[in-house]
Amino acid sequence: MAVSSPTTDLAPARSARHRGRLPDRVFHGLSAGAGWLILVVLAAVAIFLFLRAWPALSASAEDLNAISWMNGASIATYVGPLIFGTLLSALLALVIAVPLSLGIALFISHYAPRKLAQGLGYVIDLLAAIPSVVYGLWGALWLAPVLDPVFGWLSGTLGFIPLFEGYTAPARNVMAASVVLAVMILPIISAVAREVFLQTPRLHEEAALALGATRWEVVRMAVLPFGRSGLISASMLGLGRALGETMAVLMILSPGYAVSFFLLQPGQHQSIAANIAAKFPESSGLSVSVLIATGLALFVITLLVNLAARAIIARRAEFSGAN
Amino acid sequence: MEDSVNLSRISTRSAVLVGALALTLTACSSDSESPTSTTPGATGGGETQSQELSGNLAGAGASSQGKAMEGWIAGFNEMAPDVILSYDPAGSGSGREQFLAGAVQFAGSDAALKEEELTAAQERCYGGEAIEVPLYISPIAVIYNLPGVAAENLQMSAETLAKIFNGDITSWNDPAIAAENEGVELPDLTIIPVNRSDESGTTENFVEYLADAGNGAWPHEVSGDWPVSGGQSGKGTQGVVDTVSAAEGTIGYADASRAGDLGTVAIKVGEEYVPFSPEAAAKVVDASPRAEGATDKRLIVELDRTTTEAGAYPLVLMSYSLACSVYEDAADVANVKALFTYMASEDGQARAADPAVAGSAPISDALRTEVMAAIDSIAVAS
Repeated sequence: MAVSSPTTDLAPARSARHRGRLPDRVFHGLSAGAGWLILVVLAAVAIFLFLRAWPALSASAEDLNAISWMNGASIATYVGPLIFGTLLSALLALVIAVPLSLGIALFISHYAPRKLAQGLGYVIDLLAAIPSVVYGLWGALWLAPVLDPVFGWLSGTLGFIPLFEGYTAPARNVMAASVVLAVMILPIISAVAREVFLQTPRLHEEAALALGATRWEVVRMAVLPFGRSGLISASMLGLGRALGETMAVLMILSPGYAVSFFLLQPGQHQSIAANIAAKFPESSGLSVSVLIATGLALFVITLLVNLAARAIIARRAEFSGAN
Repeated sequence: MEDSVNLSRISTRSAVLVGALALTLTACSSDSESPTSTTPGATGGGETQSQELSGNLAGAGASSQGKAMEGWIAGFNEMAPDVILSYDPAGSGSGREQFLAGAVQFAGSDAALKEEELTAAQERCYGGEAIEVPLYISPIAVIYNLPGVAAENLQMSAETLAKIFNGDITSWNDPAIAAENEGVELPDLTIIPVNRSDESGTTENFVEYLADAGNGAWPHEVSGDWPVSGGQSGKGTQGVVDTVSAAEGTIGYADASRAGDLGTVAIKVGEEYVPFSPEAAAKVVDASPRAEGATDKRLIVELDRTTTEAGAYPLVLMSYSLACSVYEDAADVANVKALFTYMASEDGQARAADPAVAGSAPISDALRTEVMAAIDSIAVAS
């Protein structure tokens, strides 16, 4: 964020100086067009979602009752548990992934020998390139049996906490889905965080060392304050991916439409994206509109999450070590 | 290995010869019996014409028979390579709609045409009527994962199954299960029911069976969506099979052809217990009465889930193939006739019965005779 601000300052001056030259005008037009295109695409998606969702939003309760999988719910009571399931699985994934990514990024940027760090960096980038359906297969066929005894133990010893109550094999619950989501977002978060940590001004670190700080204290006093906003935006990137993740959730989770915190029970939660993927092939007419309405809800949530992230970063930017 | 290579080489060569023969023969006289009709199971008529068939033949409808249709399309293409045949598994309702609107020449549907659709069908069929023939019968197996149980098939009545899937029976050594399986040592294990998470005809037929034959133990309405929430589930047949395979003590339902190594339940019919088999599945269709409004062209069946016919397996999914008795275009008549003849033939039914295709149960010879009579009545509008 901080890096881009000088260019925006320079831009008007430069374009004024070179106004009139054809290549400049063409390039200006192209880049401005590309910028506008993003807004147009965004607006087009929003308009499409709204128009196609409108029949469902304005439908009578009777018409909605005719859709068998609605089970008599209204749009709001149908979307509600889905939003809950989406947020719950994404946040759980974030809770697992952020501390891990922080550790990975710090290790690569400040602890590992240079050669090892380089290799690790490549591996992390490779992980980010694995398609989500592969993660889904891996989660459903390999990870679920591995998690089974862990969840069984968790439910057996900590079952008095409602969170871990009543585990039912196989491990096709929101916790398992979140673990896979966490693995999926881990590379994005750690890759971005690593880049940010590497940009910590050398002077800050050396100053801290000169004051007699240990390596941990350097990280705590110089690196983390500088990288905090970067870490937050990295997490938000990860959250965005977790919110919209379809295949992995679809393949791992036994879906349900409840608002509950029973993390280890099957048939409790479902994410919006996975629900659309599951229901769409057999849908037609109004039921498609209902699914698109849930898609609209996901669109709005993602937008809000990103706006919140921007707001946090903007607020933090002033206090970060970058200035 | 070598043998099969030789065999296939010989058969390709002979096929080419036969094809060339057929061409010369059909060139001489168009109504002569072509030698290609010696292919086992193929009923005459369709084969002789197949050399000349061409044009577009589009169908849409039930996704339940989508896999079988893929097999039939491949088989039909070998016979009549000039016909561009397609099937869109868009769902039964959509298929009937498209068929009645004249957008497709044939349709697949899990349900028979409704009363109000019959008039539309007459209009669409140029004054003729709709032909509805059950060409896809698929047994549904109740699968369970109990590696410790030695018995080949656990035995259960529909009532017991209904109670298990509704969560009223929760343990494998429940007295109700033990009473039906004397001499079988049942483990003290929690039962984990597994259902389909997506809307499906398999669910609908299974639930219908529980509701009809379950002596009131199944309190839910019949629909393609699973009514009990909070349980294990999987998307599609594979999802259910995977979930059942993943943990001991699970029980689920799936297309019988996909049961694999899992245990399957023998269900109670009359006083005996019947494990699923293609013959048993075909038998229940024969044993069931015709539905209201059935004619010799509309072979619609009211599946009798409570049948006591010996050796019948009433837990099946049945899907109809829909066509018109009258088409305006002679090419349509020839194409539809040839396709339906192939689908109903022993060849076609055997192809769909291949576990790698759809694993369905071939229709009985008695039913085939009736089906063929209906198909043979397809004619060009006068």
